[in-house]
Amino acid sequence: MAQQLRIATRNSGFIDPENIRDYIGVGGYEGLAKCLTEMTPEKVIEVVTISGLRGRGGGGFPTGVKWSFARRYDSDQKYIVCNADEGDPGAFMDRAVLEGDPHSVVEAMAIAGYAIGATIGTVYIRAEYPLAIQRLLKAIEDARAIGFLGKDLFGSGFDFDIELKYGAGAFVCGEETALIHSMEGKRGEPTVKPPFPAQSGYWGKPTVVNNVETFANIPAIIVKGAEWFNTIGTEKSKGTKVFALAGKIRNTGLIEVPMGTTLREVIYDIGGGIVGGKAFKAVQTGGPSGGALTYKDLDVAIDYDSLIQRGSMMGSGGMIVMDEDDCMVSIAKFFLDFTMDETCGKCTPCRIGSKRLYEILEKTTLGKATMEDMDTLKSLSNAIKDTALCGLGQTMPNPVLSTMRVFEDEYRAHVIDHKCPAGVCRSLLQFTIDYDKCVGCTMCARACPADAISGNKKEPHVIDQTKCIKCGACFEKCRFDAVLKQ
Amino acid sequence: MLVSEREQLRENIEQWVAQYGSDRSALIPVLQEVQRKYHHISEYVMQVVADTLNIHPVEVYGVVSFYSFIGLRPKGRFIIRLCRTISCAMQGNNRIARQLENDLGIHFGETTPDGNFTLEWANCLGMCDRGPAMLVNDRIFTQVTPESVHEILDECRKAFGAHTFQGEETCPL
Repeated sequence: MAQQLRIATRNSGFIDPENIRDYIGVGGYEGLAKCLTEMTPEKVIEVVTISGLRGRGGGGFPTGVKWSFARRYDSDQKYIVCNADEGDPGAFMDRAVLEGDPHSVVEAMAIAGYAIGATIGTVYIRAEYPLAIQRLLKAIEDARAIGFLGKDLFGSGFDFDIELKYGAGAFVCGEETALIHSMEGKRGEPTVKPPFPAQSGYWGKPTVVNNVETFANIPAIIVKGAEWFNTIGTEKSKGTKVFALAGKIRNTGLIEVPMGTTLREVIYDIGGGIVGGKAFKAVQTGGPSGGALTYKDLDVAIDYDSLIQRGSMMGSGGMIVMDEDDCMVSIAKFFLDFTMDETCGKCTPCRIGSKRLYEILEKTTLGKATMEDMDTLKSLSNAIKDTALCGLGQTMPNPVLSTMRVFEDEYRAHVIDHKCPAGVCRSLLQFTIDYDKCVGCTMCARACPADAISGNKKEPHVIDQTKCIKCGACFEKCRFDAVLKQ
Repeated sequence: MLVSEREQLRENIEQWVAQYGSDRSALIPVLQEVQRKYHHISEYVMQVVADTLNIHPVEVYGVVSFYSFIGLRPKGRFIIRLCRTISCAMQGNNRIARQLENDLGIHFGETTPDGNFTLEWANCLGMCDRGPAMLVNDRIFTQVTPESVHEILDECRKAFGAHTFQGEETCPL
């Protein structure tokens, strides 16, 4: 039985997030005090580097290395940015951390500021999270009042303060260069890296952009030490990861498990299995940037590298669980709809490519696609992957490629047999009445909005396929399971 | 629009610019304030903001048209944003959408003729475990049912008393 281990969410739900004394009571701001009074900035970076902490926003870049880059560059001003522009469908760990334990992020940002030599921190938070904004503002205010933010922290001569910037409803602003442009008051469009923000970021100054969950790990690492953190997780991915379980799983919500926990443990032991005892089909990790993992991957130990090997990615940690009733073509179409809506439009592969991919998927769900379309789908996906400008575009085809690889038969069924095996794609369905089961109660005939069902009372009914609009009303109404959906 | 209203608007903008600083990074916060108070960004606003921040109005237009939370078209006092992403869809957000459209008599992307409600889609509100989720201005509602849509809308309608909108003005443009 897999055990949860809470590091990033260690205080969420246990302390009053609006009371700084509660946070101090569980050892809060000890890490900051330790850094400022006992450790040099180089030592702080060394501890974070040795701990093996990697960026929890999805990229998985080693945090300590990022900090050391920013430290190395000389500049009159440096910046710490907390990326709280969480927007992956199915991911809500940043919201939960900010709502449940905002001080851990405030403390970690001050630690990061000390480590790289920055005096200003900014939290870029999306406007869709009003409660998180409110809690964070309160936390910053309280920390300032008590002297944990502001001038001369802990008598060390180090100044640090945090301000908030609000997103305005653009998913692409979660990409770090786009985020920085948005902070500068520009359109949130990404630029080519390098230069990385650690070298030239906000207003051209060295800037460290870290995710909320990454920051939430820092105080624990400082207090308990890198060696402790190092013992948790797998060889290349240390520590824990917070996952958000959503979809057709019994226990939805946030969990935090050590890296290397298997998918089976997450879904069956912690998640309680599939709702209604249905069969597990797939889990989409990494939201619109990730891919589908199937029953074949249930025993994979989850970490950054193992997921990439399987054509998915860690992403920010959203897990959307799907059961036998979900059509994978429709799922891929859903994610493409999302990226098509959220592409910033700067580079052509992403702007036009997403639209074209969506059109082919739409055609497939309508049963009008050909096998050539499937080849186009594949080659176009690969072309977008190779040529798009930023992470959003490069990972956009992942849901298509991974579902095509794992569920090729399902795609073929749509194209060749004009059938949707999961019974989701309405235009490919056919409703018929089982002659032996129908008792002639007339429920279906009365429910049918198109008058397509005929038959006498107490005699089996028939559906006129030319009139049927495939709304499924008869299927839902029938109490004898006599209406068949194929 | 009256000259005095124009002056009031200009004064407000100058005040916000003073508050957020007069460099380019103040642009989005200032536009967010204008949006909050006047429910849209008019051409006049874009010109004034550009003048005060000393940038070209086209730059302001570029930003206004990029972000979905600020926009050119006037929006209602209550902006209802229903989550359209996958986990809310799995939990039946289409029923909520139909109910909202029926109750308000408008489609998504539209505003009621009385200027009270705007109906929009949102991309993930981070409430995936408790869907369908819906954001009404700054309040989030989870596990919304067609029945609770009624209650939420009723509550908004009741809030139309003058005190609720103190500090808010109808847009002079």
